[in-house]
Amino acid sequence: MKILVCITNVPDTTAKITFTDNDSKLNKNGIQHIIGPYDDYALARGVELKEQFGGTVTVLHVGEADADPQIRKALAIGADDAIRVNYNPLDSYDTAIQIARIAEQNTYDLILMGRESIDYNSGVVHGLVGEMLGIPSYSPVMKLDIDGDTVKIAREIDGGKEHLTASLPLVLGCQEPISEWKIPNMRGIMTAKSKPLVVVEPVTIDEMTIPEKYSLPAPKGACKMIPASEAETLIKLLQTEAKVL
Amino acid sequence: MSVLVFVEIDNGSIKKTSFEAIAYGAEVAKLTGETATVLVLGKADLTELAKAGHYGATKVLHASDEKLTQENGMAYADSLVQAAQQEGSKVIIISKSGLGDAMAARAAAKLKAGIVSGVTSLPDLSESFKVTRSIFSGKAFATTEIKSDLKILVIRKNIIEVDESSITSTEAQIEPFTPVLRDSDFKSAIDKIEKASSEISLTEADIIVSGGRGMKGPENWQPLLDLASALGAATGCSKPVSDLDWRPHHEHIGQTGIKVAPNLYIACGISGAIQHLAGVNGSKCIVVINKDPEAPFFKAADYGIVGDVFEILPKLTQAVKNLR
Ligand SMILES: Cc1cc2nc3c(=O)[nH]c(=O)nc-3n(C[C@H](O)[C@H](O)[C@H](O)COP(=O)(O)OP(=O)(O)OC[C@H]3O[C@@H](n4cnc5c(N)ncnc54)[C@H](O)[C@@H]3O)c2cc1C
Repeated sequence: MKILVCITNVPDTTAKITFTDNDSKLNKNGIQHIIGPYDDYALARGVELKEQFGGTVTVLHVGEADADPQIRKALAIGADDAIRVNYNPLDSYDTAIQIARIAEQNTYDLILMGRESIDYNSGVVHGLVGEMLGIPSYSPVMKLDIDGDTVKIAREIDGGKEHLTASLPLVLGCQEPISEWKIPNMRGIMTAKSKPLVVVEPVTIDEMTIPEKYSLPAPKGACKMIPASEAETLIKLLQTEAKVL
Repeated sequence: MSVLVFVEIDNGSIKKTSFEAIAYGAEVAKLTGETATVLVLGKADLTELAKAGHYGATKVLHASDEKLTQENGMAYADSLVQAAQQEGSKVIIISKSGLGDAMAARAAAKLKAGIVSGVTSLPDLSESFKVTRSIFSGKAFATTEIKSDLKILVIRKNIIEVDESSITSTEAQIEPFTPVLRDSDFKSAIDKIEKASSEISLTEADIIVSGGRGMKGPENWQPLLDLASALGAATGCSKPVSDLDWRPHHEHIGQTGIKVAPNLYIACGISGAIQHLAGVNGSKCIVVINKDPEAPFFKAADYGIVGDVFEILPKLTQAVKNLR
């Protein structure tokens, strides 16, 4: 089975976000980057499926060279090789076009990615890629089992779960508990160094959206503390002051 | 020409979040000098659909095909594209949800349309078409210009105040709509849907009462459920709680769970880790109950009580009951 796992390179979940250059760029100073947490689930499941059925896992990242340590980490976790499209994509559409082009050149049975990146949170790349390739896409996928030609998927829907039977090829946006995050071991880290990381140039596209300016939410006012002995007064305040009851 | 709003249906009626999308669409239509048309897929009650007019839509396109009753991102995207082409729509509006993102994405690829997901404002048309959206899990916003001719906006909940006084008794005109459905979109079979039908859905809820590891165990949830029931609220939880199987996964709120934006979020025994806050920072009012005065959640809260949840929850439930 040939599996493609797409990963993002995003600020650590606890990172304090600020902007520079007149609020037109993320301030990367002091920010540690990680593989997107949802992508980590996709990668972990991809590696398990390879162990089960044989085949290969290729990691794909659309982005610049500063993501190479995260790509090496994915190789250390168990991917066989990696492709980086050397380019800072304009938006989700642009990212999807770059992914779809790589997928067209190589034909994968399964394309896995996180349900969304935690930087831009758009959650639309899997759907865009699926449509561009003309194959089904499902998200957020919490369970994925393959038996011959049959793919069993469970995905989260509003207030519950939907169980589906589908067939390959598929594009899936993953989330927990599809697998447990994997931590690279020493052997993985050593072998990752010699695994191929191919850098390719992007296809150019028409600009569809342009991020203009970034901003931060207004600072929160002070929290009004209510003594535990008068807890019931909270309900009055929610009704008369906050007007949410 | 029209602004096209996709509307989700629940038991034949328009979902609450979708009324917001209609009101948003009607505002956009005012700005662009067009009208707002609503698209409804699957079986629905026609008198309920006409209510789209109360929020400013002039027309409802209703595809009643049985096959569309079940959520299907691919067939829904196909139908949306055909409706947009029939209506000559330049702006498409969809509420953010798993379904919303899936169909918006596939429709964007079909139509070669610029897509912005997580929109938090009405468009600014003064120079070009610009919207603001939430990024970095609610820690920042980006103002984005959409340059493509056709634009798809996936909007977050609670971003416009639906002014009750502007709701009219005008009914929308309902037109049957028959999209061409492709067999290939129905190749995957839905085997089973597990849904807690009695529960209030988290994404729709105006009030959420949520519990963390401070609730100590699944057997202790009753006081929290009692408060939720008195308030007519949905219930949620932090990640360790669903990881430990104290509560079902679909209640898990946060960066890796569901993102919610109720009017009132009551957090009981939740520390307020940044990953949990990422799922609740769209809430209008946050109440935190925690026995640790240093719990980080208090920094994000509007009201706080330092104390034991098991003593405080019953008092709050009683106070709500006294109110009614
Ligand atoms: C990549 C990543 C993604 C994550 N995503 C999420 C996510 O989506 N959602 C999420 O919630 N977490 C997420 N987490 C986990 C997050 O970091 C925290 O570990 C988690 O939110 C803590 O849950 P908690 O507050 O319930 O538990 P704890 O941190 O254990 O806090 C329990 C709180 O209860 C209080 N308490 C105890 N007893 C009582 C009592 N009797 N009365 C009142 N208060 C009491 C304590 O003072 C404490 O503040 C993520 C972590 C990572 C690394």
